[in-house]
Amino acid sequence: MSVLLSKNTRVICQGFTGKQGSFHSEQMMTYGTSFVGGVTPKKGGQVHLGKPVFNSVVDAVKEEGAEATVIFVPPRFAAAAIIEASDAGLGLIVCITEGIPVLDMLKVKEHLKNSNAVLIGPNCPGIITPGEAKIGIMPAHIHKSGRVGVISRSGTLTYEAVDQLTRTGLGQSTCIGMGGDPIHGMDFIDALKLFEADEQTEGVVMIGEIGGSDEENAAEFIKGHISKPVTAFIAGATAPTGKRMGHAGAIISGGKGTAEAKYTALEEAGVAIEHNPTLLGQRMLEMLH
Amino acid sequence: MNIHEYQAKEILKSFGVTVPKGYLAHTADEAVQQAKELGGDVCVVKAQIHAGGRGKAGGVRICKSPDEVKTAANGLLGSVLVTKQTGEAGKEVGKVYIEEGLDIAREFYLSLLVDREEECVSFVVSPAGGMDIEEVAATQPEKIATFPVRDINICDTTKMASFLGLNGDAVTKFDDLAKKLYQIFMDSDAAMLELNPLVLTGAGDLVALDAKFVADDNALYRQEAIVAMRDLSEEDSREIEAAQFGLNYIQLDGNIGCMVNGAGLAMATMDMIHMKGEEPANFLDVGGGVTIPAVTEAFKLLFSDKHVKAVLVNIFGGIVRCDIIAQGLLEAIKTHPMNVPVVMRLVGTNEEAGQKLIKDAALDVYWADDLDEAASIAVKVIS
Repeated sequence: MSVLLSKNTRVICQGFTGKQGSFHSEQMMTYGTSFVGGVTPKKGGQVHLGKPVFNSVVDAVKEEGAEATVIFVPPRFAAAAIIEASDAGLGLIVCITEGIPVLDMLKVKEHLKNSNAVLIGPNCPGIITPGEAKIGIMPAHIHKSGRVGVISRSGTLTYEAVDQLTRTGLGQSTCIGMGGDPIHGMDFIDALKLFEADEQTEGVVMIGEIGGSDEENAAEFIKGHISKPVTAFIAGATAPTGKRMGHAGAIISGGKGTAEAKYTALEEAGVAIEHNPTLLGQRMLEMLH
Repeated sequence: MNIHEYQAKEILKSFGVTVPKGYLAHTADEAVQQAKELGGDVCVVKAQIHAGGRGKAGGVRICKSPDEVKTAANGLLGSVLVTKQTGEAGKEVGKVYIEEGLDIAREFYLSLLVDREEECVSFVVSPAGGMDIEEVAATQPEKIATFPVRDINICDTTKMASFLGLNGDAVTKFDDLAKKLYQIFMDSDAAMLELNPLVLTGAGDLVALDAKFVADDNALYRQEAIVAMRDLSEEDSREIEAAQFGLNYIQLDGNIGCMVNGAGLAMATMDMIHMKGEEPANFLDVGGGVTIPAVTEAFKLLFSDKHVKAVLVNIFGGIVRCDIIAQGLLEAIKTHPMNVPVVMRLVGTNEEAGQKLIKDAALDVYWADDLDEAASIAVKVIS
């Protein structure tokens, strides 16, 4: 088993015919994802990369039974794309787009309150269930089907952890990149719940970063609800206050959101905190031994 | 994106929020002229820089005569103001704002921000205005309250007014003010709007005595008027240069220059350098869609920084191809010689091709297999 995504999940791409959409859709197909088509307004009826193009998500659901989507549309149209996917009834929405205005995301979140859709991202690498399917932009070859769930706010830092888990032989059940934006979909708690319930997952690697309080909230949740071992790294211990460190959400403001506070909260919750990101795989191996 | 106080007040004014009468001055003579224009017995000369904490740093001066205005403006213009928010280097004052003095009865703190927890816009208010709000939060947390707001209504504003201890006519005025501020926030794509202090005058008016506005960078494409307020002289020239190439660069205080793909990995690289006993000279995320010219520019930025004693390249190629990074380095050294040790950790997509390019060019770089080793080498070579 794995969480959210299997080889049978029927996936479409919004922004299918664009450069990024094309490149990564092809990669997803190659990996084995059940990729059933894409959406580009006004290009409905065409065939792209051997798959049908639709004018709208509703059409893709009707014609191909789409269940999940990956969004590559430009920032100014991305919020509308998420809402369209949700209204069309898709269960899983992965938004890769970076740079969506934060007020647009507030509207999206308000809209999703009345929906059952799970949103991953925006500004994220996506989700992969190794050996089965991927929805996103992560390099597939470093992954290996296995025992550990990964949930992260960062892209490339996730690849570091994944690489270590593969090298130690542990492998991954499912890896989820929740993204670097301040207002986002799925968070640590949502993922921890799924990993706790998943039989294949024996432990969880959490990668956080400065800004906000997602990690502190996760720590509080872990205390009462998570029995599986968790190890965590928080990026940005040396980041200066008040500066946005690349990710829109990675900012320490008013003394809040520091790496130190997050480490403390997680440690109190019994999480094996790791200050050296190159040791996460080793740490998990010791815990699962 | 930050703007100046006087610009934030222009926005407030355009939405009907009351601000003190004031003028911008670039010279002491201009300042004196404008103080006369304002009339009254008292005026305030305020340094215009993109940083808070000006009051405590001596950047806000109360003047009672034209001579005092002249002295204050002369003292501020061209000086470097070091406040709690500027860092040690401080910021040079290029212009001052001359404002009428007010009869102040009470001072409050009020700000609007994007509330990550509640996923809406929240008002943060306090009856302890005019002070450093972080200090109030630390010493008198009961004096600060947060009010999450979704489509602001009179229930929200009445609760806030009550917390601030307003009554009578002032409650109605506060309702009007809060609604206008909310509209400004939504219409102008603000990331933060702060009035500290907001004052109640002796005549019973609510006036924004100070104003800070931060725009959401992601929304600038639809905020032309705010983009026009950008003051590049307030920003770090290296950061501006980097941004033109799509690079995320932040200048820091240490000696090890970093080049990394991805914001999280870039922060982790900084953390690792610190753990090994040195400090990073910068944060640099080359991003996902990186090109050879951008990488070239990134290397030039690092090689031309006189604080940089060694460069650590940490690339875990996913979308980013290692051969692009290598080609960027080869391009950069044509004009900017590699005069400091370079430590390369170059793995992931096209790593063989990337490593081969550098080895074929017989460049004298240190190779590392992982981040831990790379940081250790970088720290060792500069000590």
